[in-house]
Amino acid sequence: MKTLRTKLFRDLWGMKGQALAIAMVIVSGVATYVISVSTLDSLRETRAAFYRDYRFAELFVSLKRAPESVAESARAIPGVDRVETRVAAWANLDVPGFPEPIRGLVVSVPDAGEPAMNALHLRAGRNVAPGRDDEVVASEAFAQAHRLRPGDRIGAVIHGKRKALRLVGIGLSPEHVYEVGPGAVFPDPKRYGVLWMGRKALAAGYGMEGAFNDLCATLAPGASRQDAIDRLDALLSPYGGLGAYARDDQVSHRYLTEEFRQLGTLAEIFPVIFLGVAAFLLNVVVGRLVSLQRDQVGILKAFGYPNAAIGMHYVKLIVLIVLVGVAGGIGVGAWLGRGMTRMYMAFYRFPYLHYELRASVAATAALVSVASAVVGALQAVRKAARMTPAEAMRPEPPGRFRVTLVERLGLRRILSQPARMIARNVARRPVKSALSMLGIGFACAILMLGNVQEDAVGFMVDTQFRLAQREDMTVVFVEPASARALSELRSLPGVRHGEPYRTVPARLRFGHRSYRTAVQGFPRDGGVLHRVLDTRLQPVAMPREGILMTDYLAERLGLRTGDRVTVEFLEGSRPIRDVPVAGLVGEYFGVNAYMDLYALNRLLGEGNAISGAFLSADREDRQGVYDALKEMPGVAGTVVREDAIRSFYDSMGGTLLLFTFVITLLAGSVAFGVVYNSARIALSERSRELASLRVLGFTRGEISYILLGELGVLTLAAIPLGFLIAQGITAYIAERMKSDLYRVPMVMEWSSYGFAAAVVIVAALLSGLLVRRRLDRLDLVAVLKTKE
Amino acid sequence: MRNADADRAGGSTEAVFRARGVTKVYDMGEVRVHALRGVDLDLYPGELVVLLGPSGSGKSTLLNILGGLDTATGGTVEYRGKELTRATDRELTEYRRRHVGFVFQFYNLIPSLTSLENVSVVTDIAAEPMRPEEALALVGLADRRNHFPAQLSGGEQQRVAIARAVAKRPSVLLCDEPTGALDAATGIVVLEVLERINRELGTTTALITHNADIAGMADRVVRVGSGVIQSVERNERKKSPREMRW
Repeated sequence: MKTLRTKLFRDLWGMKGQALAIAMVIVSGVATYVISVSTLDSLRETRAAFYRDYRFAELFVSLKRAPESVAESARAIPGVDRVETRVAAWANLDVPGFPEPIRGLVVSVPDAGEPAMNALHLRAGRNVAPGRDDEVVASEAFAQAHRLRPGDRIGAVIHGKRKALRLVGIGLSPEHVYEVGPGAVFPDPKRYGVLWMGRKALAAGYGMEGAFNDLCATLAPGASRQDAIDRLDALLSPYGGLGAYARDDQVSHRYLTEEFRQLGTLAEIFPVIFLGVAAFLLNVVVGRLVSLQRDQVGILKAFGYPNAAIGMHYVKLIVLIVLVGVAGGIGVGAWLGRGMTRMYMAFYRFPYLHYELRASVAATAALVSVASAVVGALQAVRKAARMTPAEAMRPEPPGRFRVTLVERLGLRRILSQPARMIARNVARRPVKSALSMLGIGFACAILMLGNVQEDAVGFMVDTQFRLAQREDMTVVFVEPASARALSELRSLPGVRHGEPYRTVPARLRFGHRSYRTAVQGFPRDGGVLHRVLDTRLQPVAMPREGILMTDYLAERLGLRTGDRVTVEFLEGSRPIRDVPVAGLVGEYFGVNAYMDLYALNRLLGEGNAISGAFLSADREDRQGVYDALKEMPGVAGTVVREDAIRSFYDSMGGTLLLFTFVITLLAGSVAFGVVYNSARIALSERSRELASLRVLGFTRGEISYILLGELGVLTLAAIPLGFLIAQGITAYIAERMKSDLYRVPMVMEWSSYGFAAAVVIVAALLSGLLVRRRLDRLDLVAVLKTKE
Repeated sequence: MRNADADRAGGSTEAVFRARGVTKVYDMGEVRVHALRGVDLDLYPGELVVLLGPSGSGKSTLLNILGGLDTATGGTVEYRGKELTRATDRELTEYRRRHVGFVFQFYNLIPSLTSLENVSVVTDIAAEPMRPEEALALVGLADRRNHFPAQLSGGEQQRVAIARAVAKRPSVLLCDEPTGALDAATGIVVLEVLERINRELGTTTALITHNADIAGMADRVVRVGSGVIQSVERNERKKSPREMRW
């Protein structure tokens, strides 16, 4: 069988262009799979290592103030392993040369020794020295955003007191891998940062000597988490405890988990589509390649080669091509996967990267590709082997053509002879034509997927920031204040308009399901600046009674309009109230519950308290307003809207664009591979017929028209089909990607349709050109001399 | 008459092939073609038989069935007492591999293999083959061993095909219009090769042609027409291919 092996390599070399195109599609499919899965694996692995190495706490609770002695009682709770108390304070930060307000979270670190949990990973500089009250370690994201280095100075207003701070180190914490300010969805490291400060120094500035307002704990192995939470709540409730929660509700961890879940969904969907398309193409192409060699199958059979040996021969041929693709795909995938993971590292703050490409991932990719190719090859070989050798060596009988419907409709005279040949050829083998169309359609669809993500995110941001949150800035108070604080803000020079809001952390409970969020109160008559919109983008008025909530939240809690939801407020006297659900709103971002401001305060038993205000100010006046706000002791922070949009595009946009670019590149090569292979196979199948036409006096242009015209017709028909497929996949992705953070709407811009169509058409033109060159070199005599 | 044939074919009454009532119907979808309508034929060891007939007479179909390349619709074909018509696909494969050499009108060489490799394809799987070089030398192409089919003339390609067919030392050599695609001079060279192999190796040879002139080189000439055998004649004196012209 040595000679068969020689034939194998010669055949492979002879079809190298086509083999390369096939391998390219496999490279794309396998690479997408390897990128997605390895990125996700690496991020998970990295997070686990970081949590383990830096002792990420398992329980968290904030409170108003408790004496240090309470920590002993917390330690005594069964199931609680270790306990660490801390002081955490909101601050307004001031970085020289940056005019806008910055919110800061200042967290204490023990004055001596390592923290028992949530340890810091120092990137630069050193830890805070014991006894120094002006030294801080800054979070890396914040430091990088402001180009701060150890030794730099920043200002801070903590608890209404201005303090000059010196940066001595830059660090990372497992608590702030996803460093996002309260109420924000995306990180904005320029306007939000975390600082770590010595316990004694922070306590002194914050009135917390001998006391704490934040507690973390780890659990003993096998302990009941809920039991520990309940006991902690009971213990800390008299001290203004805001409710203990586990990692699942810890902001950074929850966001990471959500993001990983979404990445996981993408890691499932994209590779399935890409590998699916590759497998499909492979199956079709391989089948037709083998059919082209049916006379050789015949001759080998005539000489007594058993079917198994012949099958094996073609399987080897195909597997070789596939393995080249798989190897390339794993290489490209590992390279891009590492790059992608690095990119995520800039977004999520991890100290190190464990890039992980599991052998099973590579094996799965190889298996799927090889299996689909082998199935395709075997189907074709079996078809050829089922024939008697005599039959296999005879040229295929002429196809059964029919006059097509178009012609019968009386359009015969309109169609030229070549056009009629195209029409009949498409109609003669409807299954083959449909498969070609489906292949090209899928290529078109995956070209859209990258862009569609971008379209949807653009639409979401537009709705959120230009229609719903129209305020220029959001002021957050240190603690709930009276309505007088609002008039004070309104009277600031430059402020044009101000609207109050109330936000109260709460746990919503319905049946056995619960969700921790905040209830937001807005004036009932509706705001001009900040509005709640439904999915038709219409403002929704606050009901006089009852609560409105995001439809996604209602879905999670399993309730409907009219049900009564139990609201456990986690602030003040922590009342528990049953409130009717007055309606649902379909929002893209976050999971929210809304009430009329006054109804909310009534439920809480508080007067006219507000948590902050939405303000608008003319652009030229804003700086003055920021400055004035920085000096107000009751103001914990200010969030500037436009910056939020910009920061979103800065951070998210970059990641998304690169992802889109990679996906588009891979999708483009799939598109080209599919179209080129369709063209090449059509050429091989019909070269005899076309050469005969040339002999009869048809010009090169005319025979090209017949062959490429068919390709053109199929391509043009495949594009709308691709649009439909893309819509289906997008709807599926949107459904699967639904999360607390956001729900992606189905938005597809015309430009995305245009782009996908353009790439497919360019791929078709390019393939056409390549095939046209071969058509020009068609050897008329040789083709006519053999057989028939 | 059959007995007389046997006597002339070297005294052995043991036929290599024994075909009885063979029919073949091709189902072409919209038409049914009766290629063979009941054929009886015996071939004896070492003889060279020419099957003569116009195109469409059914002679290729008959040869394909004898060679196990195609199956009969009805009737029986025995090869050395074994019934081919009841053989499984696996048995037919084994039969072709061990006993039959084919030569086709259009050579059917594998384009990606050299002359030598085209022969090796067969010797690789044969039980006691010649060396491929030896087979090529037999057809006078030892010096063209590393040429690809596309680099050979039609006659050379056909001689490679013959080398490929005889390299396994088959018991029967079945040739379907071996000179059909060749000019007269080249055709004669090819026929000489076939005649020499039949003579020197004693391979039972059946040769299809529509060219009556070629019939002169046969021991027996079987005329086929419209799917039946019309006559069987014995040549009293075999002509050498060199004496032929067409």
